[in-house]
Amino acid sequence: MVGGGTKRRRRRLQLSKLYTLTCAQACFKQDHSQIGGPGFSRVVYCNEPDSPEADSRNYCDNYVRTTKYTLATFLPKSLFEQFRRVANFYFLVTGILAFTPLAPYTASSAIVPLLFVIGATMVKEGVEDWRRQKQDNEVNNRKVKVHRGDGSFDAKEWKTLSIGDIVKVEKNEFFPADLVLLSSSYEDAICYVETMNLDGETNLKVKQGLEVTSSLRDEFNFKGFEAFVKCEDPNANLYSFVGTMELRGAKYPLSLQQLLLRDSKLRNTDFIFGAVIFTGHDTKVIQNSTDPPSKRSMIEKKMDKIIYLMFFMVVTMAFIGSVIFGVTTRDDFKDGVMKRWYLRPDSSRIFFDPKRAPVAAVYHFLTAIMLYSYFIPISLYVSIEIVKVLQSIFINQDIHMYYEEADKPARARTSNLNEELGQVDTILSDKTGTLTCNSMEFIKCSVAGTAYGRGVTEVEMAMGTRKGGPLVFQSDENDMEYSKEAITEESTVKGFNFRDERIMNGNWVTETHADVIQKFFRLLAVCHTVIPEVDEDTEKISYEAESPDEAAFVIAARELGFEFFNRTQTTISVRELDLVSGKRVERLYKVLNVLEFNSTRKRMSVVVQDEDGKLLLLSKGADNVMFERLSKNGREFEEETRDHVNEYADAGLRTLILAYRELDEKEYKVFNERISVAKSSVSADRESLIEEVTEKIEKDLILLGATAVEDKLQNGVPDCIDKLAQAGIKIWVLTGDKMETAINIGFACSLLRQDMKQIIINLETPEIHSLEKTGEKDVIAKVSKENVLSQIINGKAQLKYSGGNSDAFALIIDGKSLAYALDDDIKHIFLELAVGCASVICCRSSPKQKALVTRLVKSGNGKTTLAIGDGANDVGMLQEADIGVGISGVEGMQAVMSSDIAIAQFEYLERLLLVHGHWCYRRISTMICYFFYKNITFGFTLFLYETYTTFSSTPAYNDWFLSLYNVFFSSLPVIALGVFDQDVSARYCLKFPLLYQEGVQNVLFSWRRILGWMFNGFYSAVIIFFLCKSSLQSQAFNHDGKTPGREILGGTMYTCIVWVVNLQLALAISYFTLIQHIVIWSSIVVWYFFITVYGELPSRISTGAYKVFVEALAPSLSYWLITLFVVVATLMPYFIYSALQMSFFPMYHGMIQWLRYEGQCNDPEYCDMVRQRSIRPTTVGFTARLEAKKRSVRISEPAS
Amino acid sequence: MSSSGTSSIALGGGSAEAAAAKSTSKRPKYSRFTQQELPACKPILTPKWVILTFLISGVVFIPLGVICLFASQGVIEIVDRYDTDCIPLASRDNKVRYIQGLEDKRCNRTITVTKTMKNPVYVYYQLENYYQNHRRYVKSRQDAQLRSPKDEHDVKSCAPEDTIGGEPIVPCGLVAWSLFNDTYDFTRNNQKLPVNKKGISWKSDRESKFGKNVFPKNFQKGTPIGGKSLDPDIPLSEQEDLIVWMRTAALPTFRKLYGKIDTDLQAGDTIKVLLQNNYNTYSFNGKKKLVLSTTSWLGGRNDFLGIAYLTVGSICLFLAVSFSVLYLAKPRQLGDPSYLSWNRSAGGGR
Repeated sequence: MVGGGTKRRRRRLQLSKLYTLTCAQACFKQDHSQIGGPGFSRVVYCNEPDSPEADSRNYCDNYVRTTKYTLATFLPKSLFEQFRRVANFYFLVTGILAFTPLAPYTASSAIVPLLFVIGATMVKEGVEDWRRQKQDNEVNNRKVKVHRGDGSFDAKEWKTLSIGDIVKVEKNEFFPADLVLLSSSYEDAICYVETMNLDGETNLKVKQGLEVTSSLRDEFNFKGFEAFVKCEDPNANLYSFVGTMELRGAKYPLSLQQLLLRDSKLRNTDFIFGAVIFTGHDTKVIQNSTDPPSKRSMIEKKMDKIIYLMFFMVVTMAFIGSVIFGVTTRDDFKDGVMKRWYLRPDSSRIFFDPKRAPVAAVYHFLTAIMLYSYFIPISLYVSIEIVKVLQSIFINQDIHMYYEEADKPARARTSNLNEELGQVDTILSDKTGTLTCNSMEFIKCSVAGTAYGRGVTEVEMAMGTRKGGPLVFQSDENDMEYSKEAITEESTVKGFNFRDERIMNGNWVTETHADVIQKFFRLLAVCHTVIPEVDEDTEKISYEAESPDEAAFVIAARELGFEFFNRTQTTISVRELDLVSGKRVERLYKVLNVLEFNSTRKRMSVVVQDEDGKLLLLSKGADNVMFERLSKNGREFEEETRDHVNEYADAGLRTLILAYRELDEKEYKVFNERISVAKSSVSADRESLIEEVTEKIEKDLILLGATAVEDKLQNGVPDCIDKLAQAGIKIWVLTGDKMETAINIGFACSLLRQDMKQIIINLETPEIHSLEKTGEKDVIAKVSKENVLSQIINGKAQLKYSGGNSDAFALIIDGKSLAYALDDDIKHIFLELAVGCASVICCRSSPKQKALVTRLVKSGNGKTTLAIGDGANDVGMLQEADIGVGISGVEGMQAVMSSDIAIAQFEYLERLLLVHGHWCYRRISTMICYFFYKNITFGFTLFLYETYTTFSSTPAYNDWFLSLYNVFFSSLPVIALGVFDQDVSARYCLKFPLLYQEGVQNVLFSWRRILGWMFNGFYSAVIIFFLCKSSLQSQAFNHDGKTPGREILGGTMYTCIVWVVNLQLALAISYFTLIQHIVIWSSIVVWYFFITVYGELPSRISTGAYKVFVEALAPSLSYWLITLFVVVATLMPYFIYSALQMSFFPMYHGMIQWLRYEGQCNDPEYCDMVRQRSIRPTTVGFTARLEAKKRSVRISEPAS
Repeated sequence: MSSSGTSSIALGGGSAEAAAAKSTSKRPKYSRFTQQELPACKPILTPKWVILTFLISGVVFIPLGVICLFASQGVIEIVDRYDTDCIPLASRDNKVRYIQGLEDKRCNRTITVTKTMKNPVYVYYQLENYYQNHRRYVKSRQDAQLRSPKDEHDVKSCAPEDTIGGEPIVPCGLVAWSLFNDTYDFTRNNQKLPVNKKGISWKSDRESKFGKNVFPKNFQKGTPIGGKSLDPDIPLSEQEDLIVWMRTAALPTFRKLYGKIDTDLQAGDTIKVLLQNNYNTYSFNGKKKLVLSTTSWLGGRNDFLGIAYLTVGSICLFLAVSFSVLYLAKPRQLGDPSYLSWNRSAGGGR
């Protein structure tokens, strides 16, 4: 509920009031003694940046570069990146070898495609980097006012700033570098800072300059100002800073409180003056920016294996060839007799020398490796990259994933993982802000034992169904729609959904316990850390709160007549109704202490002094900690309140207990002294010291009542979860909330239902509680672990007993138990249990546990995991999962920054996975398979031809035919396949979610399918080669009596290959737009065009291909007849295979295609039949709930 | 691909700010292209299409096969293998020594024409087990040198047949050096049958690859002598035997055009061939054949294409029929889930 930022702010509030010298001195001793030592060597001369001493320090300038390359390093660095890939390196090596006499082809023909491919990738890199450069320039050229030295300030560009400059930053501007705050428009040198770009927190933080510099509030004050700062070296720690400032001979300590970080923003403050101490890459924010962890998809990892397999094949073929070559070469010249004399084996160079045949064979091996390099698709990587970039553009452009309200489209931050989206097996979801809106609505309260608030929560509605009302779900949903509309009509105030005429509109004064109600809402208006912001034009007040529930409280107080409108360092002003006079009056409360919230205390309190001088301790907190702190006479309404709180929790609401007590002067004085000492101590047990002190004062409280805040489910969440469940995806919820809330949300979104058996693992047993009191940590740990283990084993036994049918089980585990369940020795048993359950909910889990659970799922069952979350506490989980999806919601940008894909609403996950994920998976996997197919088809004909040349490595085709195959004649169609192909349209993807299982079970990229495609390649090559060879034997091939030479056989075979691979693609895809038609047919046309034009070039360029097409191939009818025949014959086996499969063994997408084709998709009954017949029983989601209900009805009917 | 991710947090904020200032909506623009809703035809292999495809292929292929077969059958081809017969019985146990010896290697053969052969009758020599496609052989030539006299010193790829006594050989290289040198003279009824050696090579070769002013030089002057010598007074562009030979064959069994007989040969004609058996194929067990053949529009005699067309055509018809039967006998089960992998893996209830 309260982030780290508040802590700092509160400490400042403290400082301003206390101003104790002891604290400052203590600090000096602890941290500042290190100044000047190693790691603390920075020296800054404020306001004299040109001093020779400053120059000699040689600190970096304020130019920030986020580009990967500079003009000078681009070439070497990006080349290095390229050749780190094993396939590219291989092509580089063959390219270099091509310059030696070993090469079977000319060097240029080997190098050009490599240059083309590398060039394309480098251009892509270059463009990306250039975009970053443009962004950099935009930032670096921003203007800021800098002191000129004579008491006046000039606008200068950010990049020209140097260490020691005095800058003036105005309202809503970003800080250009890390600054030491000197003074601000406020007298006490405070300023408000928004750090959203740094830590994602939207709340404002207060910073305060040193007392000694706070008077420098005019520009001319800086004439002659001189200060000398010593501080730590640049580092990445955002939450610590140590330094000293020497001013007029005195030393003052500098802490984080004086440090303004680059890229945070000045808010609510007209201007500040600051001295630059870290610039450019030394600033904390830049030091902090790391590259996101690079993730690779499963498909890509598998692709590497395929490439190794291809290497293996190449080596094998080359080896076989070399042995045969060696033997025939040795036989050519024996005992002075030449066999194949026309090769002159008697005077041969080493490569063909019969006398040194083994050496020749080794050289030949290298040559063969080069020749067979066409097995490995040179353009694969670059094509995949192009395809993925285009795919992510489609994701970004999807209008159905655009969130109107926040103006946020989906954003694929990395395109590496597109296809992984189609294979997700388990979704690990955060709750708050992900499943729910994280906009809290004050909906109910219980004051003085009376429950107020008539709103109905979504959970309550869901519960209505759960409790077995006769309602069919459908009508239920309508109800929900209806009530939602009703709500939006009435309520106009965000965060407030409270309706009760008894206390609204000032009616509360007539209630029996009006005084308690007054105290209740006054507490809500005073006990918080919210900062009000008054809109100057409309006079309306908005609130800056660090957590939405705090804002909800303040808003609720305002709506009910207790308007909090101003906060200073020490006071809170509230407009409220005076019970006696019945008029609205402004009341001022002096804030004396703020006892902040943290997860162990589970409460927060303030000590205030009202206008009458009465000292009050106002406190709010979780029920279990608050009830035990009530005084004997403060328990008047305890019973009722407890009932209400339980009711609220059951309705999925967050509850807090409100209580107060009055303090007398003496007691407060003692407390205040103690807390100041505790707060200013710097030792490690500071926290526990503070806790000890607060423990003593937060007791004997008088109960006022309880609040209930609804954390609303996001739009469409139950629907989306249902679809995902139908798609066979498991959904785990990992939340920091307490168990009851988590379970309720589980019910609301149909992850849990009544007939499910809940296996709850926790450590809330009496024996453990009693053990905890003794405080022996080892014993507790041991007993707890045993306890957890036995619960897990117990759960597994239950699972087993039910016969492995996982329908009815839900696992709910809390954070404490999870800590033990994640221990190395039992985590696998835990995982087995969890996998066996339909729903898994981990509550009270810390960010670290979230990440650990994610890792466990990921590594434990080897399936793809997707983590989705919105807050900084989800970052670990997002980075750990195979795919991290960030919700760009209210909790800032931290999650988005570390995510792979950002979406605005949970419900878009459905489209992201079921449509884009499925398509991308299908596209990429088909594309890779096809790539290897086409290269095997081509490469293997080369090998087959070798068998007719005694493996002398004569290529069957002209050099340029060889090298341009991958680049021109077969590249575009496969890219079009990767970008545009769809098996079924988006509508059907969503209608038949089970289609998604094709990705989860990886049926489209299984080894069977990969090898199937490879086999297709091999037999295509065999058919093409032998049919061409047999047709073009020694006889004349045209009317003119000419016999075919190498160029004619090669040209014919090549033509067949171009036709076959392109038509094969046409057969394999199921979606022909104009684009597909253009790229497929043009690839074939381009081949004819190329061979014609190339043949027309002077013979010294075109060599063997000179006029071959025009003069020999085209006029010869047999060329055309052979092409037609070979192409049809080669494609026939695949055609038969797919016809049989489509008709008799259709895959799921095939069935859907049939449905669409037969036009019966609009007949709901028919559709349903297909869906039902091929559906897997789903275990969660409302469909499952409906099914379960049907079942129970069926069972109960015969009984009655 | 760590593209946009690398931009530090620093820039994220800045650009967001700029965008907000412009207050332009980030709503993606709707177009059928970006939403992947382009009009498309989505063909699926319905029974109708499958049967139709097979039917059409069958109906087209069978007649094509018949036509091809007819064309091939219409070609008259006489093949006479002479490599063994032309060696005197005495020398047959060491054919290589005989062929490398200096004695007279004339040899008489008689060919009987079985069917009338319309002119032009093409005369081929056929070599077998001869690897003109060997990489060393294929590369051992210098195209530039053949084209123009000013490049005659360009012999770098021709070793070992590159120079003799420091003077370049024109044409250089193993291909030219191993030029086929058997000769045939035909007589019918004691009348000489002239063999026309003009126009047996590709026109593009004569015009562009072999220069009109390039004359053989130092050719076959070294030892060992490879094959035929060339008349140094005739330019390469007119040495058609050489031009034909230098278009290297694709496969180890090949025919090369020797010449044309421009008169019809009648059925029953006996043709006497006076043959000079010079070329050494004995060391590598290569066969030599003399072939007389007419041509059709499809080329020489080869039944393969016709038979293949017929076979594939019949298979297509057969498939068309069997698919029809299959569809009738076992209609497709709509959405039959039992084939789905997740239903097939027994138990399934993962």
